[in-house]
Amino acid sequence: MYTQALNVKDEGPALVDAERDAAFQARIDRDEKIEPNDWMPEKYRRTLVRQISQHAHSEIVGMLPEGNWITRAPSLKRKAALLAKVQDEGGHGLYLYSAAETLGTSREELNDQLLTGKAKYSSIFNYPTLTWADIGMVGWLVDGAAIMNQIPLCRTSYGPYARAMIRICKEESFHQRQGYEIVMTLARGNADQKAMAQDALNRWWWPALMMFGPPDAESLHTDQNMAWRIKRFSNDDLRQKFVDATVPQGHHIGLEFPDKDLKFNEATGHWEFGAIDWSEFKRVLAGEGPCNRQRLAQRNKAHDEGAWVREAALAHAEKRAARRMMQAAE
Amino acid sequence: MTEKNWPLWEVFIRSRNGMAHRHVGSLHAVDATMALANARDTYTRRGEGLSVWVVPSNAITASDPAEKDMLFEPTASKIYRHPTFYEVPDEVGHM
Ligand SMILES: [Fe+2]
Ligand SMILES: [Fe+2]
Repeated sequence: MYTQALNVKDEGPALVDAERDAAFQARIDRDEKIEPNDWMPEKYRRTLVRQISQHAHSEIVGMLPEGNWITRAPSLKRKAALLAKVQDEGGHGLYLYSAAETLGTSREELNDQLLTGKAKYSSIFNYPTLTWADIGMVGWLVDGAAIMNQIPLCRTSYGPYARAMIRICKEESFHQRQGYEIVMTLARGNADQKAMAQDALNRWWWPALMMFGPPDAESLHTDQNMAWRIKRFSNDDLRQKFVDATVPQGHHIGLEFPDKDLKFNEATGHWEFGAIDWSEFKRVLAGEGPCNRQRLAQRNKAHDEGAWVREAALAHAEKRAARRMMQAAE
Repeated sequence: MTEKNWPLWEVFIRSRNGMAHRHVGSLHAVDATMALANARDTYTRRGEGLSVWVVPSNAITASDPAEKDMLFEPTASKIYRHPTFYEVPDEVGHM
């Protein structure tokens, strides 16, 4: 998911203060929210910084594959909607960085972790958006999968994170609906348009399922994160929810999913799906996805080329502040 | 070259007249003018507010959560501060 960081093993030192830890856990069990200046176990703080910043990085890097199509959107209406969506994703990144900063890590440090490749972002944004249909798929599937994960996070234990997630969730449903509408329009268009939609679904379906992270059996630290209410549902549960919600939406517009094992189980009421190629997921996470290098290079280029703007703005503000001081002294 | 960082600001928004400004998050900006512009772009893309305040984060003095018991002792011990503490006969009606 946008928070695949939770599946990474925490190697840092765990300073344990059994008494305070127990009191802290009791607060969480009572469904109390933890606020920035409250005492918290170091590991809780570290896990949250990693999770929230990875989520923020995903929103920011996620702007690249879609921003790619703003100038080529097929109509003014689609262009305005895509522009608004990409701007929202930037906003989501900013809400989340602001939440992460309340835990005592600076924006610059977080940004640096992204630019140097030390921090991860969601695997999904390392896939290319080759056609206009991909923009529809990203909205429908990628934002759709993100919503599945983000709704339970509105009730996460860390106050600033939960509040950021509430704002984000309010904005996400437009993203998914505009994506589905794009796909639907193509699926109901001429043969070429329909083929374009089907091709995009074939390429995005499996990576979208991988967004939820490795199967529960292989997911590290799930128990602790569940107990802290940082994570509220398991990877496999969320993935199943997503499949159940999405398959009928695809069938409704006449698309086929690229999975010969996909079938509805009358007894359980769930859609059963085939095996996921986790070796692909591991390759993408390790930096070997189709676009990893390009994404990081683009972020670094934007950051470097913006350096003079950041410096000039600061110099201008300092000059104005100095002038105000002079005038006040006269 | 080490870049100097932009200061942090806290953002407060009044959602509509009659409501108080409420804290919504923070952002970075070089000065108050830019902080207001950034707050508008970041926190009010869907008519969330009619008025924005921005305050340098380091200008806020906060109480220490560890002292909350001392500061905010439960009103349980001062029940005479609540209207229900006082007896008024039913016949007198609503008061
Ligand atoms: Fe988002
Ligand atoms: Fe989105």
